[in-house]
Amino acid sequence: MIDIAAHFPILSKPVHGKKLHYLDSGATSLKAQSVIDAVNAYNAEYSANVHRGTYYFSEIATKRFEDVREKVRTLINARSSHEIIFTKGTTDSINLVAHALGSQILDSNSEILLTTMEHHSNIVPWQLVCERTGAKIVVAEIDDNGALDILKIKNLINPRTKIVGVAHISNALGTVNDIKAITELAHAVGAKVVVDGAQAIAHVRVDVQDLNCDFYAFSAHKMYGPTGAGVLFGKRELLDAMPPYQGGGDMIASVTFEKTTYAKVPYKFEAGTPNIAGVIGLGAAVDFVREIGFKWIESHEDDLIAYAMKKLSEVKGLKLIGTAAHKKAAVSFVMEGVHPHDIATVVDRHGVAIRAGHLCAQPVMKRFGVTALSRASFGVYNTREDVDALCAALKSVSEVFGA
Amino acid sequence: MNDELLELYQELILDHNARPHNFGAMQGSTHHAHGLNPLCGDDIEVFLQLDGNRIKDAKFSGHGCAISKASASLMTDAVKEASTEEAQAMFDVFHRLVTGENVSDLERENLGKVAAFSGVKEFPARVKCASLAWHTLKAALNQAHEQVSTE
Repeated sequence: MIDIAAHFPILSKPVHGKKLHYLDSGATSLKAQSVIDAVNAYNAEYSANVHRGTYYFSEIATKRFEDVREKVRTLINARSSHEIIFTKGTTDSINLVAHALGSQILDSNSEILLTTMEHHSNIVPWQLVCERTGAKIVVAEIDDNGALDILKIKNLINPRTKIVGVAHISNALGTVNDIKAITELAHAVGAKVVVDGAQAIAHVRVDVQDLNCDFYAFSAHKMYGPTGAGVLFGKRELLDAMPPYQGGGDMIASVTFEKTTYAKVPYKFEAGTPNIAGVIGLGAAVDFVREIGFKWIESHEDDLIAYAMKKLSEVKGLKLIGTAAHKKAAVSFVMEGVHPHDIATVVDRHGVAIRAGHLCAQPVMKRFGVTALSRASFGVYNTREDVDALCAALKSVSEVFGA
Repeated sequence: MNDELLELYQELILDHNARPHNFGAMQGSTHHAHGLNPLCGDDIEVFLQLDGNRIKDAKFSGHGCAISKASASLMTDAVKEASTEEAQAMFDVFHRLVTGENVSDLERENLGKVAAFSGVKEFPARVKCASLAWHTLKAALNQAHEQVSTE
């Protein structure tokens, strides 16, 4: 048994006088001590800007910053570190693709295929690009378990389909999508596949060459790293051909008032001083998850999910929402006669932190005929004891509401 | 059970959640507004029937958590027969009550049953739930046709 919790200082802080049972890693994971140390070290010891200084600290900062690109490349098995663009996070990454690729390849005859289970951040950027280009969004519906039917996707993909946007793992349902199969169908008509990997990156081994997706977006803060830093992976040839997203310093080759030429990828897409401390924290987070290893992470978390599904389904009046096979990362539920917000407030006083609300996935709420869900989501530090604490706290919800 | 939880989820609040008063759309309302809490999805409509500046009737519809539903229920009870100025003043006191600001004994007494929400002050994340109905009432009184939002 590895004592993972010992790496997370926040877990030793009591909440309302109780031991903290953190079950909201889907919103943001806790930060590992090594991540905190790496961020602090940058701020305290070498907080110079990157890519410009010719002095000692700037060279160190630039080296450590660029080392993270290589770490991330290894993490997701990209072909080249030029395919790794640092962003503010998943939302920023998806906006970048939607803007740069969207304005390049979409017109009023185009379709963008999304799924019901997408997070708002993989819906709204596409709606914005549709407003500019006249393209249309087509939605692949999910079944009662919260799973996609690959045959439905096949029927929806057609020569007008230019982009397919899909979550690797659903934040609200925990459904794992078959990205490889979807990519095959999309590529058959020449469509590009943009994967929202926010909920997957900390939970499964991601291999972008194996998935063969064109873009893959994720955030540092959902994999034990800091907020405000994230990644967009894109295939080199696509990134090379795409116009810049934002203009500014760092992304240029030369500037005159007559004509500006742009830097090569990835710098073309990294205008302005980046979140250097955040990226360095991301590097420490990559080291952290690779040290634990995805073999351990997947078997540990699969056990937790199975245990949580079983234990929660035994709670009186509770209904699980999202019951796809082989699901990961999150378990959502509703309780008869009690609003998810009230559930979250009551269990919080027992030291149990869960998410309640529409989970930034209102189409999922509509699909299941609810206005909100309660969600327990997991990280490497969670154990069966956290699930037991949640179930015990839910008993007290029933007591309060007489359910 | 945690004392603060018992203070928040008092019998009165749980009763109004389970059996809300004045629930349902009103035909022939003179004032009406729609209130949304975009972060949690609470969604209510408040309907008023005014005679001059006196609120003759108040109803609400929609969905939300126990706090927002009970608050709308108790509010619609409380503002009936109040003048619009009295209702506004009540909102002001209510807002101070749930955010933990100073409320005099007299003000608290004038709130009547609505004072049951004083426990909300220990739960900053729930202040919006408790005040959604009141924001919507205010919008209705101002005849704001726009949707109000707690954000």
